[in-house]
Amino acid sequence: MSGFYADKQAAAPVRPEVLEAMLPYFTENFGNPQSLHSVGQKAARALQTAREQVARLLNCQPEEIIFVSSGSEANNLAVKGLALANQARGKQIVVSAIEHVSVLKATKFLEKLGFKTVQVPVDGYGLVDPGKVAEAITPDTVLVSVMMANNEVGTIEPVAEIASLCRSRGVLFHSDAVAAVGNIPVEVRAIGLDALSLAADQFGGPKGAAALFLKKGTKITPLIDGGVQESNRRAGTENVPAIVGLGRAAELAMMDMDKKGQRLARLRDRLIRGVLTGLDEVILTGHPEKRLPHHASFCVKFVEGEATLLGLDFNGIQVASGSACTSKSLRTSHVLTAMGLDPAVAQGSLVLTLLDGTREEQVEYFLEKFPPVVRRLREMSPLYTRFLEEKKDVHR
Amino acid sequence: MYTDKVMEHFMHPRNVGTIPDADGVGEVGNPVCGDMMTFYIKVKDGRLEDVKFQTFGCGAAIAVSSLVSEMAKGKTLDEAMKITNQQVAEELGGLPPHKMHCSNLGADALHKAIEDYLEKQNRQKPEGGGEEKKSQDREEHFHCPFCDHTLPENAQLCGHCQIKLIRCEHCGEYNREKDETCRHCGAGLV
Repeated sequence: MSGFYADKQAAAPVRPEVLEAMLPYFTENFGNPQSLHSVGQKAARALQTAREQVARLLNCQPEEIIFVSSGSEANNLAVKGLALANQARGKQIVVSAIEHVSVLKATKFLEKLGFKTVQVPVDGYGLVDPGKVAEAITPDTVLVSVMMANNEVGTIEPVAEIASLCRSRGVLFHSDAVAAVGNIPVEVRAIGLDALSLAADQFGGPKGAAALFLKKGTKITPLIDGGVQESNRRAGTENVPAIVGLGRAAELAMMDMDKKGQRLARLRDRLIRGVLTGLDEVILTGHPEKRLPHHASFCVKFVEGEATLLGLDFNGIQVASGSACTSKSLRTSHVLTAMGLDPAVAQGSLVLTLLDGTREEQVEYFLEKFPPVVRRLREMSPLYTRFLEEKKDVHR
Repeated sequence: MYTDKVMEHFMHPRNVGTIPDADGVGEVGNPVCGDMMTFYIKVKDGRLEDVKFQTFGCGAAIAVSSLVSEMAKGKTLDEAMKITNQQVAEELGGLPPHKMHCSNLGADALHKAIEDYLEKQNRQKPEGGGEEKKSQDREEHFHCPFCDHTLPENAQLCGHCQIKLIRCEHCGEYNREKDETCRHCGAGLV
């Protein structure tokens, strides 16, 4: 048993085929795509291939892909860039309350420039109600941004419905699809949105390569000024090896995403069932069905998430948590708070995201090790002691 | 992120549990903020004969509780009152800046348990003027809720980590400006 790494969202190994495709671009094919000579043009062709590969995955045109360095950059470019370039249309932005911090903080930046933000609430599953988005849109709305799938609770949002109502109201629509692209089918034409963020490291590609899909003809203000790279929308020498990796990862995802998704969804369901039956006072966070196939998340009552995380790590199991103590900012996850979870319960947050290669015996290993780790922490928890006493009192 | 000593105390905490007939009990923190500690003490001949704790919290919080209980056991009440958060953090080989407030909680919970004991003693002997005064050796000062830097009485910004501060109207302790509930007493912050 080689343990169980269940933190794919934080980092995952690059697929061997992806690494193989990338390697020559560190050494023999080292050119700068902006150079006119043959060495540079070789790199430019590689960039173009990657652009076509990503465009095929999303079902869009290659020129609608802007390469950037991370999902956070893609989100910043979308929110700030679209709002600034289109502010003649209005100065109000509508987002959901559970967006990634890179979206939420981008709106905070815009507020300093005179924009207003409305955060649409979510229900207990973390689902955004398209009706609430419709209510939030005013004649002053320039942009709506709602994520495709939430990274902390795995819930898949009704993005197509929101996109269609944005179209009918003449409002730009961006979706942060970083957690979704490469893991579930995402076709921008079918959904009908104006911008969409994705990141290579979420589907077998390297860190440091990401992209923003931007519908042809949509105005955007660049965040990085300088050269003409990415059609004047993102200056700076392109990270060719990483972008080549992103392209190859997109190509591979197209081939095996469905089969892999089905396999992982079975393991995920086994994991969720096993956790909920193996321990009392544990809740599933996020939607039971409308969720990413590789995503399982919980709140374990009476224990704190970081302690559980460390206890599991001693058993060779790596997971994530959204508890206040786990975050260096010491703030409880805004996602769990927005879902209406009791803040004390939210401290027990655990997030498992499965690697493509996760095996059934690893899930079983987790289900064997998890209850004792929690029980040990509960034995030293004053909250659990109190809970047991209150339970006794009720039965008396 | 954590030293070996922190991890060792986290995995094998000393003195976990409760003392049903404790002479003093001290509770600090609240679950909303992610840390809560309860200390129980037994006192004999002016010494801490037994110390037990229960902690809801992160790895640092559990390690701090364990170390404080170990440091306090066998000490006189005066000596135990002098255990500082600095000593606790040093003994653990250091804590990350954003975990320093945990070291404060451990010493606070112990001191509260001792104060609880002394109060009970005073109540039993109302005319007993010779009793020990509570927390005589403990300076009244405030700490940054993030990095634990000592703060003056009217700080708006921590001079060490530059975090913006707000004081709880209910208990007077410092919190971060953006916090919604007080990490000390759980009251809502305006």
